[in-house]
Amino acid sequence: MKIYVPLDSAAKALGADEVADAITQEIAARGIDAEIVRNGTRGMIWLEPLVEIEQDGERLAYGPISEGDVAALLDGKIETLGKVEDIPFFARQTRLTFARCGITDPLSLSDYEAHDGLKGLRRAIGMSQDAIIDEVKTSGLRGRGGAGFPTGIKWDTVRLAHAPQKYIVCNADEGDSGTFADRMIMEGDPFTLIEGMAIAGLGCGATKGYIYTRSEYPDAVAIMRRAIEIARDAGILGDDVLGSGRAFDMEVRVGAGAYVCGEETSLLNSLEGKRGTVRAKPPLPALEGFLGRPTVVNNVISLATVPVIFAEGAEHYANFGLGRSKGTMPIQIAGNVKFGGLFETAFGMPLGELVNDVAGGTASGRPVKAVQVGGPLGAYLHPDQFETPFGYEEFDGQKALIGHAGIVVFDDSADMLAMARFAMEFCAVESCGKCTPCRIGAVRGVETLDRIKEGDASAIPLLEDLCEVMVDGSLCALGGFTPYPVLSALRHFPEEFAAQKEAAE
Amino acid sequence: MPTHSESDAAIAEILSAHAHLEGPLLPMLHALQEAFGFVPAEAHEPLCKAVKITRAELKGVLSFYHDFRDHPAGKHVLKICRAEACQSVGGTAFAEDLLAKLGLEWHGTSPDGKLTVEPVYCLGMCACAPAVMLDEKLIGRADTARVEKAIAKVSA
Repeated sequence: MKIYVPLDSAAKALGADEVADAITQEIAARGIDAEIVRNGTRGMIWLEPLVEIEQDGERLAYGPISEGDVAALLDGKIETLGKVEDIPFFARQTRLTFARCGITDPLSLSDYEAHDGLKGLRRAIGMSQDAIIDEVKTSGLRGRGGAGFPTGIKWDTVRLAHAPQKYIVCNADEGDSGTFADRMIMEGDPFTLIEGMAIAGLGCGATKGYIYTRSEYPDAVAIMRRAIEIARDAGILGDDVLGSGRAFDMEVRVGAGAYVCGEETSLLNSLEGKRGTVRAKPPLPALEGFLGRPTVVNNVISLATVPVIFAEGAEHYANFGLGRSKGTMPIQIAGNVKFGGLFETAFGMPLGELVNDVAGGTASGRPVKAVQVGGPLGAYLHPDQFETPFGYEEFDGQKALIGHAGIVVFDDSADMLAMARFAMEFCAVESCGKCTPCRIGAVRGVETLDRIKEGDASAIPLLEDLCEVMVDGSLCALGGFTPYPVLSALRHFPEEFAAQKEAAE
Repeated sequence: MPTHSESDAAIAEILSAHAHLEGPLLPMLHALQEAFGFVPAEAHEPLCKAVKITRAELKGVLSFYHDFRDHPAGKHVLKICRAEACQSVGGTAFAEDLLAKLGLEWHGTSPDGKLTVEPVYCLGMCACAPAVMLDEKLIGRADTARVEKAIAKVSA
């Protein structure tokens, strides 16, 4: 008998460690022959801690399980949810990037290989650099960090650059509220990220990789570091990657609590040990990146998706999706929802279906008022926009962005003026200070919103002007996109900005 | 409390352990903070020498990142998430209530030196918000009572 208790930090935050301890004690006391496996999460966070018991070839789920439920669970007195694969939230997903997450022991290389791990890397080893890049281009993979830049083109730029040393840098600085896909894959299937980075290294001629992640993610850091050691011992990393005669190695670096370091050029400065200020582009990091050398900077999910593209073939991957948004996206459903968690699906599902159907509406049971998609720099979408299919261009057409695909649902108690103010306040706190529209604009934005709150309607056009300057004049997405939540709140909920005057009088 | 020469030796050891890295400064600062609870002023000069930067540059780096401290924090650190997903489920009111119960302001430390409270923008617990992190222990769907209980447990 195998008993699976997730080690994912969200599961732990809901008591998974205590449940695992209780199970250990209970099976010892009862003399039950069972092995406890700490797996990643299946991504249904409202069911965590989700315990699975595998017996006679059948793996059944129970959840949420608390410490106090353990005796009853082992007595067979708790009703099962059935197989995870049959739970509607899970059944309607297309799991490509997250295919293994939650199924395997994240640090078991044999589990990894038994579930198609390393297939992609083995195939890539037999391919030329050209062919590797072409495969990525054919897959249609675009940057999953938010910008949506075609990954294959970025890799090609690095491949064609001449330099004594090139780098693969994984941007794991997942600071957007509403997102946790990077954390979940690093904790639940770290080898896939390692494999993806190794393939990137082979394709671009880079021999060194860095994962830059957050100090707020201590579990992900520990698991990633351990996985790298295991991969190195197994010859997946090192001077001779799986006997290919080619080298690739990597290490984990930890940021220090600066949101802006999720911007690629800030990240590179931080990695070099500098203040995490944004660099002007050009030069592109692909030509002058880490230490001035050609560098691929890709998001965790982009890189973690590479192995399945190589294992199953680019065409297979590109068959999913909508228009120029090819493949799947791990959508993170968060905030005030009944069913929160990770939902990987092909691009194209309408936002409303995600919010009302998949997420089951609000946890509070009140009407949905707004949905912020893409983190603190993403627009607030109104239920009137719920027909919008989940895709890069489709969201762009709504003056919104999908970003890293976190969606945060708010019920009708949300104060949209306060949310707009928070966006500016956050930008002011986190601005790197390099460019004026962001550094000063954010502070003026907070002040202007305070004027609006006090009933000064003449401040509204001023706010719009300010946002225009920030959009057009900022060096990076922090200053440039902070106006998205602000203006979308203003556009869709004008009464909350105008009515303040009456309330104040 | 280590003596001066003991801490000088510890600093030197930490710096040399990371000297071979590309871009070693952040790993050095993290290691120093891990060892001392903050980045001690005695480490500044050796740091500047080790990575060949000026004191101004070092100060620039230290002041840029929220994580690095120039003085010890409380024995335990409670980080309360203030980001949007936590706000969507009453995180703002929860944080205010918790701060009031603890009698602390943001960045404040209790008079007995046991607890420091800091804001954090996202712990990646957005599907089980609101969230806090007490030292390295996360609490999802947090409420004041659960957090107070956890604090009592670590402080005992």
